[in-house]
Amino acid sequence: MAEETGLVFHPMDQFIVKPLFGDGPVMWYTPTNATLWMLLAVACVVALFVLGTRGRAVIPTRLQSVAEVFYGFIYKMVEDVTGHDGVKYFPWIMTLFLFIFFSNMLALIPMSFSPTSQIAVTAVLGFGVFFAVTIIGFVKNGTHFLGLFWMKDAPMFLRPIIAVIEVISYFVRPVSHSIRLAGNITAGHAVIKVFAAFAGVALIAPASILAITAIYALEVLVAVIQAYVFTILTCVYLKDALHPGH
Amino acid sequence: MATETLVEGVAQGGAAVSSCLGLNGSAIGMPQLCADWMPNQIFWLLVALIAIYFFLSRIGLPRIGAVLAERQGTITNDIAAAEEMKLQAVAAEQAYVEALAQARADANKIVAEAKAGIQKDLDAALAKADVEISAKSAQSEARIGEIRAGAMDAVTEVAKDTAKELVAALGGSPDARAVNAAVSARLKG
Repeated sequence: MAEETGLVFHPMDQFIVKPLFGDGPVMWYTPTNATLWMLLAVACVVALFVLGTRGRAVIPTRLQSVAEVFYGFIYKMVEDVTGHDGVKYFPWIMTLFLFIFFSNMLALIPMSFSPTSQIAVTAVLGFGVFFAVTIIGFVKNGTHFLGLFWMKDAPMFLRPIIAVIEVISYFVRPVSHSIRLAGNITAGHAVIKVFAAFAGVALIAPASILAITAIYALEVLVAVIQAYVFTILTCVYLKDALHPGH
Repeated sequence: MATETLVEGVAQGGAAVSSCLGLNGSAIGMPQLCADWMPNQIFWLLVALIAIYFFLSRIGLPRIGAVLAERQGTITNDIAAAEEMKLQAVAAEQAYVEALAQARADANKIVAEAKAGIQKDLDAALAKADVEISAKSAQSEARIGEIRAGAMDAVTEVAKDTAKELVAALGGSPDARAVNAAVSARLKG
């Protein structure tokens, strides 16, 4: 197709990890574009909370209101979903949410790099949540945690079958949890890139630019929603670990 | 297919810095699946997450939490203060109503007292006036009596003189004493 139309498509090139300095190989410690954009997300979190709460005002400034909305939103989510004993994990969940939220948002800047489109990143997040939740479940409830898979409400003959399904679904959780995020971000960015390539042709450029605008708006929505979805699923998994008896 | 391209790329010049990049510098397949880059991303992700976690748990969240708690406290205090002020206002209104009633009662009492005082003064003045009037009328009566007695004396005198003159004119020699006695007896009669 590229040869036919003279267009050059490299929609996936935006996901390439490059060293920030020089052209050497990417070692585990090399500062790369991934490093840059992750640390920018960290900087945004720090800026929001440090600049926002600089006044510690009872009547908040605009930035302080934003910080308070983030705090209140996630705090309420954790409290509502996991109950009072889940509140002590609030800083961890807030960390996840803010990192994903700011990574997603920063990735919408043209020429940026999106860490949350990388399966390596989301898999660490997803499996991290999975292992943390499983360990918390066993530490808090001991073997009683296995009751999560044994439906006491179901008829006796169905219980083993449901248990098998529950176990499978439990182990699929981290996979879906991480691929959902990476897939959404990758797809959106790749689609924008494809439309951007079409913008090189004068005839279809207006349609292409309109489409980019529309998809960009959609991507803003997706960026927020995926951060929200990841966070609330983490809360739900944590609730299962804290109260396995349903 | 990716491996094929990779082998081709390396064979063509070996310029690619990563096994996931083609010779022209674009990605071979999905860059997300390139194992070369994963350790790097995992390492920096952990750095970023730990940095955010420590920042949030040490600085960010306690600050917001403190601000929210302070606001909650301020609101609670303000509501309590407003409640107290409302009670004070109600008490003040009650005190005002009581004071008004008291003032009205006092005013009525003062009016009654004043009325009583005036009545007493009036009675005293009337009594005094009565006494004076009766004294005056007694005096007048005495005077009238005197005048009347004076008049009677004068009449007696005139009668006696007239009688003497009459007796003399009729050619008698009037015995003054007998005439006087006769006139007096007649006047008494």
